[in-house]
Amino acid sequence: MTTKLFGEPVQRVEDAKLVTGTAHFLDDLGQDALGVAFVRSPHAHARVTDIDVTRALEVDGLVAVYTYDDLLASDETEGSAVAEPLPLLIPHPSLHAPRTGYALARDEVNHVGEPVVMVVARDRYLAEDAAERVVVTYDFLPPVVGVDNARRADRTVHDDVPDNVAAYNLDEVGHVDAAMAAAPRRLTLSLDIERSASMPMEGKGVYARWDAADGSMRVYSSTQTSTSVRAAVAAKLGLPAGKVECVAPMVGGGFGVKIVHPWPEEVLVPWAARRLDREVKWVEDRREHFVSSAHERGQLQQVEVGFDDDGRLLALDVRFWHDNGAYTPYGVIVPIITSTQLLGPYKPGAYRCEWWSLYTNTVIVTPYRGAGRPQGVFAMERTMDAIADELGLDRAEVRARNFITPDEMPYDHGLVFQDGRPLIYDSGDFPASLQKLKELVDWDGTLAMAEAARAEGRRVGVGLACYVEGTGVGPYEGAHVLVETSGKVKVATGLTTQGQGHFTSFAQIAADELGVALEDVEVVTGDTRRFGYAVGTFASRAAVMSGNAIALASRKVREKALRIAGEALEADPGDLEIVDGQVRVKGSPAASIPLATVAVLSNPLRYAFDETSKAATQFAVGDASGPPVGDDEEPGLEGTDYYSPTQSTFANGMHAVVVETDPETAEIHVLRYCVVHDCGPLINPMIVEGQVHGGVAQGVGGALYERMEYDENGQLLNASFMDFLMPYASEVPHIEIDHLETRS
Amino acid sequence: MSESLHDVRLTVNGVPQEAQVPARRLLSDFLRHDLRLTGTHVGCEHGVCGACTVLLDGEPVRSCLLLAVTADGHDVTTVEGLGTSQDMHPVQQAFRECHGLQCGFCTPGFLTTAAAFLVDNPAPTEDEAREAISGNLCRCTGYQNIVASVLRAAEITRERGAT
Repeated sequence: MTTKLFGEPVQRVEDAKLVTGTAHFLDDLGQDALGVAFVRSPHAHARVTDIDVTRALEVDGLVAVYTYDDLLASDETEGSAVAEPLPLLIPHPSLHAPRTGYALARDEVNHVGEPVVMVVARDRYLAEDAAERVVVTYDFLPPVVGVDNARRADRTVHDDVPDNVAAYNLDEVGHVDAAMAAAPRRLTLSLDIERSASMPMEGKGVYARWDAADGSMRVYSSTQTSTSVRAAVAAKLGLPAGKVECVAPMVGGGFGVKIVHPWPEEVLVPWAARRLDREVKWVEDRREHFVSSAHERGQLQQVEVGFDDDGRLLALDVRFWHDNGAYTPYGVIVPIITSTQLLGPYKPGAYRCEWWSLYTNTVIVTPYRGAGRPQGVFAMERTMDAIADELGLDRAEVRARNFITPDEMPYDHGLVFQDGRPLIYDSGDFPASLQKLKELVDWDGTLAMAEAARAEGRRVGVGLACYVEGTGVGPYEGAHVLVETSGKVKVATGLTTQGQGHFTSFAQIAADELGVALEDVEVVTGDTRRFGYAVGTFASRAAVMSGNAIALASRKVREKALRIAGEALEADPGDLEIVDGQVRVKGSPAASIPLATVAVLSNPLRYAFDETSKAATQFAVGDASGPPVGDDEEPGLEGTDYYSPTQSTFANGMHAVVVETDPETAEIHVLRYCVVHDCGPLINPMIVEGQVHGGVAQGVGGALYERMEYDENGQLLNASFMDFLMPYASEVPHIEIDHLETRS
Repeated sequence: MSESLHDVRLTVNGVPQEAQVPARRLLSDFLRHDLRLTGTHVGCEHGVCGACTVLLDGEPVRSCLLLAVTADGHDVTTVEGLGTSQDMHPVQQAFRECHGLQCGFCTPGFLTTAAAFLVDNPAPTEDEAREAISGNLCRCTGYQNIVASVLRAAEITRERGAT
């Protein structure tokens, strides 16, 4: 009997390769490819006045040195578009002054790390030798660093953006001024959030193979979106999409930074591979990742809240200033998420949110895990604590009094979410989640313990925070499911994987739908050769989007299998079931046919290519009265389907933490960390809990240790793992988890 | 100008290797790109993250901070040398059982570190296991399941010894 796999903590199928060192990440490919190094700007803001490559030419093993002028020449003679600015990926009405960089700096650099010269050589060592011999002359310009500096606007990042404001947005639901004036109590908070970054253990990387005879390009990239990289490379190189393939190999973490594309290197590496007719590879080193990838989080916030004597929100007025760095290739997704997800599980009363997205001469700011949500949650949860303190009320009780209740679902906030759709919560049971969390942490007992500890002179505190998380962001994902004549099932979906266990969770879904064993299912993600239509992996959307698409495609295959098996078994398809890879008549399992045989029969053959395929050849198949492939049918036991929901779905969670600090050393000990999480039905609880663990660790890092430290000249002072402190095992607490599974 | 080369003789995963390398060739690059043992990963190239950890005569070292020439005459074990998918080392089996990895990029360094640790301390406490892996960075797992994996690996080693 096939065991249902959905909901089971099955071990991951991808791990055998990963733990034996036989999985392939980007830099494990293309061992004989040419190596690339970049000359990057050492200045935050400057004009490039001269580039002298003479001394680089002496380096043995040098293959090519490229500057912006080479890109221009290529566009003029080869029909490429590599000299044009990089694309603005997500336009938005609020983004009135979007600016994007160039693949190689044209005449101005706007942050330390911006690529200026590309060097190609026999290997990376030699490319670096040559790169350090390139002399770039700069005229310095005054840099804009930090939100205060950007707001003051006595200096500008871009000459034609005099106030440094890339985007401005104002949303108001209800009448905030009137509600605020009428509120019996008011508080204001000024908050400041530091910059951090995704910082995956594997940096970015690109490896390109040009096939001159075929006129086609294969690009491997450590990306969160291979389909869109493919489209961007085709557009930049002037190639038909059908002549470009993009593959995301095993990817060593993403957390947002790898959703941005095309990075300069994703344009330049394939471009150089075609020019040189050689394989070319660039692998980012850690310092490059710090100064030339992306950061996130940095905001200044002002909150004014009006509330009643019971702590109920009447008016919430938020203003924040978002540091978007030097360019805005990913639009204003981060501030949009801050302004909408700030509301969490609460009814804010009248709500106004006004924000400015500001240019600074620093690395670009694009989504990092949460993508603006942590900032919004920070503002709201500090506000909740401030209200509780002001009124002397229990902090959990103040939160509970402001919850949206289950009978109010679906709940429309009257705002537009990051997918351009209304911010309508589909589900969630916030009172039940809070109750579970209070039980998990023993809320009253813990508060009493902390009180007692403080009475003894210890510094013990208890923290609480709630959030709602938009997931399953559209527009769509799709899947292709194929049953091979061996009975093995091949699943392909276009979005990518960076460690989330998709190869297992998706296989669980397909195996359940098709009645086959998990080990007979193989899942491929992020390979345009296998599936060409996709959006990408971000915003916790993969399980919702591709998971549903795989279920739908599998059901199509199942329906077809039952139809073909029904003909073979002379049974009504409605009386059939698939168990352990056998299609059989319900109640009389002796009448059965292997799914493998059904796959053979699904493809009428003239030629037998092996023993099993003989069953499908023209003199073996019985009914000669109709066409071998019916009018509405296709050969092969396979199916494709897409999942495209009308709007996002919303998960939620609540965390409680007990922290003790040492009054002498300020050392912080997290005594307990408890999480209640509601993502709906869990596909694989082991994997879900692993995701929660990782999220908490990044939260600990962001709250206590990580900070991008820029000086007034725009130099990143801590661009190494020695100075940018990510948590080790010694900094991350043991995490206790409970789940709620509220259906959408 | 071209670089002078140096002879290196060493044993990697039990196999004798001879090569000529530039003096500046990192051991990590030598293993990955010359010997094509790409299981060893490079996460920071400045010795902090530990992804590139290999065993040099049984002791964990950061292969990005060693030159290939300094490994001359030594015995190197990489993740490929711990075990295969058919015949896993206890730490490899334990990381899979306990979901001790997500993206898997840092994992080879944790596996080599844990393997050496368990030789010295075959029955660690949870605190000792956590301490043992606290020099390696992981951005995915939050370490909880890695700690569990180290403890489970000790258990597997005992189970295998008992049979």
